[in-house]
Amino acid sequence: MKFEDLNEIQLDALKEIGNVGAGNAATALSTLLNKRIDMTVPKIEILPFNEVVEIMGGADSLVAGGFLEVYGEAPMSILFAIPEKSVSLFMQILIGKEINSIEDFDEMSESVVKEVTNILSGAYLNSLGMFTNLVFEASVPALAYDMSGAIIGNVLQMYGEVSDYAFVIESVFLEADIEVKGHFFLLPEPDSLFKILERLGVS
Amino acid sequence: MTQHKVGIAEAAVCHKNESILTIGLGSCVGVCLYDGTKKIAGMAHIMLPDSTNSKNNINRYKFADTGIDDLVSAMERAGASKLKIQAKIAGGAQMFTSTNASDIMKIGDRNVSAVKNQLAKHGVRVVSEDTGHNYGRTIEFFAESGSLHVKSIKTGVKVI
Repeated sequence: MKFEDLNEIQLDALKEIGNVGAGNAATALSTLLNKRIDMTVPKIEILPFNEVVEIMGGADSLVAGGFLEVYGEAPMSILFAIPEKSVSLFMQILIGKEINSIEDFDEMSESVVKEVTNILSGAYLNSLGMFTNLVFEASVPALAYDMSGAIIGNVLQMYGEVSDYAFVIESVFLEADIEVKGHFFLLPEPDSLFKILERLGVS
Repeated sequence: MTQHKVGIAEAAVCHKNESILTIGLGSCVGVCLYDGTKKIAGMAHIMLPDSTNSKNNINRYKFADTGIDDLVSAMERAGASKLKIQAKIAGGAQMFTSTNASDIMKIGDRNVSAVKNQLAKHGVRVVSEDTGHNYGRTIEFFAESGSLHVKSIKTGVKVI
């Protein structure tokens, strides 16, 4: 079962899960920060690896990425990546800190990206669990702040033994008039994708 | 001067006055082969250690075993003599640091050792390397000098 073979109905089903997940995530973030954070998911798509690097701004652009592994009946990997130009705004919204260079990206910033990866993953996995009745358990997120080619290459590589495509959920965070874009990559193992679609009744 | 770009799981061979560039090597390994007498340089952007473990192995340059076989052949077709070929390698980082790093995260190490094994099978000596650690690298290999420029956002540029 591969992403590139999915039909419209199957894609729509996955998109719906993404939308519900985004709603959950916005609620979780707002509660954590005690202020209203809205989240929209303008785009959910299946992309080949080389285009994945392009949407992040090219292989040498900087990104902050949180990565975690998901165990259970349908194992998968998750990467949440924020382009350099969004990292500063993201920190402003979340902890009121400005990030102007890599030196400013300190332990606190790392924790923030990890925590957001945690919250978003939890929200999406809850949504996925609700629709499929499958149980997911996520690892502690690991973090990197480096060239997007290196980070995304690394993640896709762990996964590249099975596929050349990734499921990408574009996520936009809004607080008052600040808007920040991040990308959430869902990389299920091939059997997991089949299991999920089967549970959704669209296999 | 022509600059050839090599993406993930791609390769290129070039001659004097030209160079080969690959951007953003993480745990991937950039394998650079050089015949100094003919000034022929080749580079492959290797992503995974072993093609025999993979169900998805159509792209031969993705893997250390098949990728290095093909790069050595490509060097020979371009006029390089196998006995003269030497190697420089860069990459193989572990981008994500985590207290509970699983084997899958240590793929950089596995890539580096697979690359070295496969080069040894061809009798190709590794003359210098910049591998491991936790940061990404952009590398450019020059056919005129055989020098490899390794750039990272954390350590700047070094020439190996």
